[in-house]
Amino acid sequence: MSGIPHDDYEPKSNFEKWLDARLPIVGVLYSTLTIPTPKNLNWMWIWGSLLTLCLVLQIITGVVLAMHYTPHVDLAFASIEHIMRDVNAGWAIRYLHMNGASLFFIAVYAHIFRGLYYGSYKAPREVTWIIGMLIYILMMATGFLGYVLPWGQMSFWGATVITGLFGAIPGIGEPLQTWILGGPAVDNATLNRFFSLHYLFPFLIAGLVILHIWAFHTTGNNNPTGVEVRRGSKAEAEKDTVPFFPYYVIKDIFALAVILAVFFGLVGFMPNYLGHPDNYIPANPLVTPAHIVPEWYYLPFYAILRAFTADVWAVQLVSFLTGGIVDAKFFGVAAMFGAIFVMVLAPWLDTSSVRSGRYRPSFKWWFWLLGIDFLVLMWCGAMPAEGIYGTIALIGSSYWFAYFLIILPLLGVMEKSLPVPATIEEDFDAHYPPKPEPVE
Amino acid sequence: MIRNITFALIIGLGFATNLLAAGASKQHIEDFEFSFEGPFGRFDQHQLQRGLQVYTEVCASCHGLEHVAIRTLADPGGPSLEISQVKAYAKQFDVFDPELDDTRSAIPSDKFPSSGMLSAPDLSLMAKARAGFHGPYGLGINQIVKGMGGAEYIASILSGYTGHEKEEADEILYENTAFPGGWISMPPPLEDDLVEYRDNHSSTVHHMSEDVSAFLMWAAEPKMMARKTMGLVAVMLLSLLAVLLYFTNKRLWAPIKRKQTKI
Repeated sequence: MSGIPHDDYEPKSNFEKWLDARLPIVGVLYSTLTIPTPKNLNWMWIWGSLLTLCLVLQIITGVVLAMHYTPHVDLAFASIEHIMRDVNAGWAIRYLHMNGASLFFIAVYAHIFRGLYYGSYKAPREVTWIIGMLIYILMMATGFLGYVLPWGQMSFWGATVITGLFGAIPGIGEPLQTWILGGPAVDNATLNRFFSLHYLFPFLIAGLVILHIWAFHTTGNNNPTGVEVRRGSKAEAEKDTVPFFPYYVIKDIFALAVILAVFFGLVGFMPNYLGHPDNYIPANPLVTPAHIVPEWYYLPFYAILRAFTADVWAVQLVSFLTGGIVDAKFFGVAAMFGAIFVMVLAPWLDTSSVRSGRYRPSFKWWFWLLGIDFLVLMWCGAMPAEGIYGTIALIGSSYWFAYFLIILPLLGVMEKSLPVPATIEEDFDAHYPPKPEPVE
Repeated sequence: MIRNITFALIIGLGFATNLLAAGASKQHIEDFEFSFEGPFGRFDQHQLQRGLQVYTEVCASCHGLEHVAIRTLADPGGPSLEISQVKAYAKQFDVFDPELDDTRSAIPSDKFPSSGMLSAPDLSLMAKARAGFHGPYGLGINQIVKGMGGAEYIASILSGYTGHEKEEADEILYENTAFPGGWISMPPPLEDDLVEYRDNHSSTVHHMSEDVSAFLMWAAEPKMMARKTMGLVAVMLLSLLAVLLYFTNKRLWAPIKRKQTKI
């Protein structure tokens, strides 16, 4: 499976030979687990393993929750309380699932920003990047669908606001919204289909995860230098790499233990910290909460959605040019989806021939500014959409687009990069110098 | 031009009054010291029992606890009543039994009755549905030491009446320093010595508010003590595992990183 030269699996026993001739699955697993991995990976390369664990954790806890949950507008809220009070360890399973979603998103954002800094999206890893972005979009959808299921106030009103976004699309918007909801408003039909899809999407994600791993096992991992592993011969490749097992398996499990210790602290001591108190009030279509706030992991994109109001000149210009078909609402929706789409295009927008941000002195500054921008947008998304917050969100949103559409293409041409090490081995030896040969 | 100025003035005035209104409706949530706060906090069984008494004698006349099963009063980590006490306690409520098509007196496996009044919300989850405080800087990190603040919110409402009232749209509103907006439609439910505690604990409004809020915190999160125990055990075991894995990893990589192994 891997393009880097390495030992292949040799079936030894008669059974292994028999199986290998019919289904070479052991060989595939062997190659996957022993793939030559750059030996200079730093701690930002642990998130992929954590993400896999998150998916497994969410599927297992989710399957158990589904055994006790009732997807009906009159019973859903009570069935959650049934899980919390009467099901054996139901409270633990539900709090793990609730907070597991947050752990999943913390890990995915760290993973994405790792990729953006070290240029992991660049050729030849564009397909890995695009599959990753598809996984991220499916994660956002799954998280949103799941948040609706407890049928609390934020569930209901969040669903109303988010499905309303589809209604903003000119022409097909309203029929599309009705089709998604299964009726004129968020109701039992909506809850049922959301439950069905919430159960389906994680398995689509699992499928994409396999493709994601397959893709980067074909190209090989990126690494902090951005320099490719030498592939001339097995001996040459071994100078740059170590087998994934046991070196990175143990390293990743160590990181997992540290992160899970913090995670269980959160679940044990303040499991509702990242949730909204209003979701412990049963959904009521007649009472709108004072502030409808999505979960923290959507906040940056929620801020972008709300930033483009009717008094922004760009919105007025587009509205004028399209004869009013594109109004502020649709512009906001387009901006929100656009903010993710420009990330998908990053491999072609970044013109720099140097892959890793480590050797790009000006890029570093713009990158860290993007990281801060992401946090500022997250904060704006949690604040009421008025006064100074609107202005900050607009500046933040503009920078998000400017980074991908203007800065990445221009930097590649204008920036003078630092010298890049010739090989991974050279970078590694600089950190861990070889011992001088003993003199006789 | 004049229209523009008028418009600007109206907007400006609106903004200023908004600020004033925001200032006037500033809630005051008192930070009660509850035994269940913090990572090691536990429910005080006697306080929960007193709180149950306040709930039964005062709150239950209008409010309900529809998600709480009466049998859980005997559960460990809660008020921990004797089974016989729970059976006797249950008898005072009448519940509708669809099989009999009639009402009968409740048994421990029934839930508490739901709210008798439309305007009185169910209290099962009230202590989790309100966040008393969210500091510092709106980050809410203080939750780890103070809890969610829902119990503080309830206690502050119950002891936050100023004694002033006003009539608005055929409804009497009572001034309350903890309620958003400052005026609440619930009449002051407590007065000093309204409940005579069986353990002779002082029953000032302040103490009763505190006790019933603790009880409602338990009603909202009955598995809190089990949860904190799980958290503690998990954090300790995972930390130990992390330490062991740290050394395993270090030793594993030592030859690759050309370092001496000491262990």
